Amino acid sequence: MNKVITVTVNGVQQVLEVEPRTLLVHMIREILNLTGTHIGCDTSSCGACTILLDGKSVKSCTILAVQANGKSITTIEGISTEGELNPIQEGFKENHGLHCGFCTPGMIMRITELLKDNPDPTEEEIRWGISGNLCRCTGYNNIVKAVLYASAKMRGVPTASTEPEFV
Amino acid sequence: MIPQSFQYESPGTMADAIALLEKHGDEAKILSGGHSLIPMMKLRFATPEYLIDINGIPGLSYIREEKGTVKIGALSREAEIEHSDLLKKHFPIFADVTKLIADPQVRNRGTIGGNLAHGDAANDHPAVMMALQATVIATGSGGSRSIPIDEFFFGFYTTALKQNEILTEIQIPVPPAGTGSAYHKLERKVGDYATAGVAVQLTVDGKGVCKAIGIGLTNVNPIPLRAVRSEQALLGKVINSENIALAAQFASEDCNPSADLRGSEEYKRAMVAVLVKRMVLKAAERAMGK
Ligand SMILES: Cc1cc2nc3c(=O)[nH]c(=O)nc-3n(C[C@H](O)[C@H](O)[C@H](O)COP(=O)(O)OP(=O)(O)OC[C@H]3O[C@@H](n4cnc5c(N)ncnc54)[C@H](O)[C@@H]3O)c2cc1C
Ligand code: FES
Ligand code: FES
Repeated sequence: MNKVITVTVNGVQQVLEVEPRTLLVHMIREILNLTGTHIGCDTSSCGACTILLDGKSVKSCTILAVQANGKSITTIEGISTEGELNPIQEGFKENHGLHCGFCTPGMIMRITELLKDNPDPTEEEIRWGISGNLCRCTGYNNIVKAVLYASAKMRGVPTASTEPEFV
Repeated sequence: MIPQSFQYESPGTMADAIALLEKHGDEAKILSGGHSLIPMMKLRFATPEYLIDINGIPGLSYIREEKGTVKIGALSREAEIEHSDLLKKHFPIFADVTKLIADPQVRNRGTIGGNLAHGDAANDHPAVMMALQATVIATGSGGSRSIPIDEFFFGFYTTALKQNEILTEIQIPVPPAGTGSAYHKLERKVGDYATAGVAVQLTVDGKGVCKAIGIGLTNVNPIPLRAVRSEQALLGKVINSENIALAAQFASEDCNPSADLRGSEEYKRAMVAVLVKRMVLKAAERAMGK
């Protein structure tokens, strides 16, 4: 039996009808057409499908759409305003934090919560903080730099190195 | 991968949840964090006809101390356990273990109740609960009952919970002064299940004699294993390298690991010995305030 759910998606309330077995990531990509959220592994491992559910970073391939009833979700499409990059996106751009970009939306959503909980993380805390997100391209070093850049920018201190590493 | 069709129920009270369990019998499953169950449903290893989501039931998520017992509500998420000051104060082992369970996103969803109720020897909390001498509270239509952790795990994915019971709380005795605890697991990469894991809690007196000890082993036996002979090798004895070596040897002999992608049986036994040594030492150092 289908269920009718109410979900706030990137600030806009939506009423949707879903099958109980519909995964949240499929609702986001196929019903809402927000294809910035990616499916990398479909086995809860890679983090490409990471979104915020009531502000917490979660893997949307391992949550049912019906579980989002009454909650709010934020996807990569919902983090910048008026076409301006937010500090995390800017950090990725400035520090070459992406190559193919497949992992990037999930990374950025995870980092959004990381920096909210810990605005000034150490490199080690960043590495533990993104341990649920796999990147097959960058070797992570430039992603760590992107987070340090975003952290500095959000705290209003001079931004960290913008010299990307090419490995 | 999409699960087989099922009916979804989200009761608002415990009574409703238990009534639904009784009505649907073996066709129903509880949904907590969903981070063991949903992956299994996607692979069609689990095909429940009814999913009873208990996340909407208030009052199942808390961590508090009452009369010498720490009580953890079953729906407490790993992330909450990781950051609880109360748990940090009494049980440094929780900081050790939660950091090693999966990754931050999984820890935002996975619950301690689900981690135990899943009955998987690869999960990390069972061994920790053995070391801490925990008790599990199960609630059914007739009320609640206490199940000592040593009577909780039965076999592969089976526990002492009856079909119509919900795991509602975990109780852990607050240990006396001079107690320390520690957990570590060997993993191939961050977030992996253990190749082998060892949990230790011990109490020492002023002379370095072990007054109480619990040792639990992760993923080296069909069900979570208490290392009984290792505990006996240290209980009432001075914690010195000779006794620790004996405890390590007993644990490596008494576990029953199977060879798999994570390593051969021999390798796992060797790693159990290494981890028992290290965790006993670490727990003892913490007990003595070092
Ligand atoms: C990528 C990944 C890596 C992981 N790595 C680890 C790891 O390293 N170590 C580790 O320990 N775990 C690991 N896990 C498992 C994770 O910790 C799960 O969250 C946990 O095992 C189950 O908790 P849950 O709340 O998600 O339970 P669910 O998945 O909701 O439920 C699991 C089972 O328990 C039953 N159940 C749940 N709650 C109750 C209850 N209150 N009463 C009665 N029955 C109940 C369900 O019916 C189901 O059969 C990992 C999971 C993933 C996806
Ligand atoms: S697609 Fe969800 S974790 Fe990989
Ligand atoms: S940039 Fe290609 S996977 Fe990360």
